[in-house]
Amino acid sequence: MITTVQIVRVRSLFATVMLTGIFSLLGAGWMMTLDAPDVAFTEAAVGAGIATVLMLSTLALTTRRSKTPTGNKLLPLLVVGVTGALLVWATLDMPHLGDPSAPVHQHVAPRYLAQKEIHGHAAQAETGVPNVVTAVLGSYRGYDTLGETTVIFTAAIGVMLVLGGRRRRDDASSKRKGKAKGKAA
Amino acid sequence: METFLGLYNYWVVIFLMMTGFYTVISRGNLVKKVVGLNIFQVSVFLLYISMGKVEGGTAPILVDGQNVAYSNPLPSVLILTAIVVGVATTGMALALIVRIQEEYGSIEEDEILKMEQSDA
Amino acid sequence: MSPVRRQHVILRVVAKLLIPYILLFALYVQFHGDYGPGGGFQAGVIFGAAFVLYGLIFGLERAKAAAPPRIIEILVSLGVLLFAGVGVASMFKGGNFLDYGVLEHDPLAGQHLGILVIELGVGITVTAAMITLYFYFAGRGRA
Repeated sequence: MITTVQIVRVRSLFATVMLTGIFSLLGAGWMMTLDAPDVAFTEAAVGAGIATVLMLSTLALTTRRSKTPTGNKLLPLLVVGVTGALLVWATLDMPHLGDPSAPVHQHVAPRYLAQKEIHGHAAQAETGVPNVVTAVLGSYRGYDTLGETTVIFTAAIGVMLVLGGRRRRDDASSKRKGKAKGKAA
Repeated sequence: METFLGLYNYWVVIFLMMTGFYTVISRGNLVKKVVGLNIFQVSVFLLYISMGKVEGGTAPILVDGQNVAYSNPLPSVLILTAIVVGVATTGMALALIVRIQEEYGSIEEDEILKMEQSDA
Repeated sequence: MSPVRRQHVILRVVAKLLIPYILLFALYVQFHGDYGPGGGFQAGVIFGAAFVLYGLIFGLERAKAAAPPRIIEILVSLGVLLFAGVGVASMFKGGNFLDYGVLEHDPLAGQHLGILVIELGVGITVTAAMITLYFYFAGRGRA
């Protein structure tokens, strides 16, 4: 939590990015304690590794310092405070952490974990894979995963298109006009 | 007291969420905004994973022959893909920021707006 | 290689020692994902991180020599095609799209095979996408 507050406060963008990396790593540790090793793996590699590198390269291409925030400070704080209070109020209705009778655990998950006679659990009996996360990801929600993969593919193509062109200097707009004229002629 | 302990995890998540939100709406620097979005994103991941936790449960990797309680695998699956998609879209956002810097020479929101208005 | 990079002897030695193990670990995570925690997304990210580390320490040029951008660009789409291809293959075998049960005589083995192949497809796409992102961001500054 302290890390996050510092992220907002520190104006040096370099420090911000470093703190974001630390924040992700802490988040990964937290996920590990919540029994989600698959997710913790990914978060550690992505958040502390690749995202940090990407942000640092962005900083290298732009600036290292952000300006002192101007304008009304109270209004955003008020909006955030009210939203937060509403959300906390909403959690009062939520099932407690780790409660096995919570609605989340009643619907699909028991189906995957149901005991079968031959191979133990349903997920293993139907897919032959003991890691339920992999089984659900690959087989039960195969369409979903295909879609996600396509999103990653699209993002990669998008970055290629946005950054792939030749770098223009500050006189970019004049050059663009010149190009447009050239095309017209 | 029990309410406090049971819901404490959610409250920490909400605090993180609001910190991210505040960063997005109050800071004019575009990189800072992306960082704020990232914080928001991670807090949503943590919310999902918290919901999937079962008391006394273990990671959902099946063991033969024992009666073990497993945590809910479904949130893990959803968030797993969301993290990787998240980094890909963050990359896309940062790419756009780089292009904005090249075009306008600044990544501060108010400066860009000023330039836009003086152009028009 | 710039003289600045030449100075970081410790970083370079440690990276040289670590990168093979990171790659090995990524492969383990990829192909052991059905028994332990792991799978295509995790493995792809770890694999990509290894290349990014290599690029950071030894310079972009050598990273591009190790992973030629042309091949990486092809791999980005190859992964998605592999995934969708498994779906189409199961259709040809008489099942529904992405219904792996029909890929083998035994539906259980078919499911297992299908999951392994699509995880491989996911892994390839994620790896290649991560490397692509890094290449384009790092290459922008000196173009």
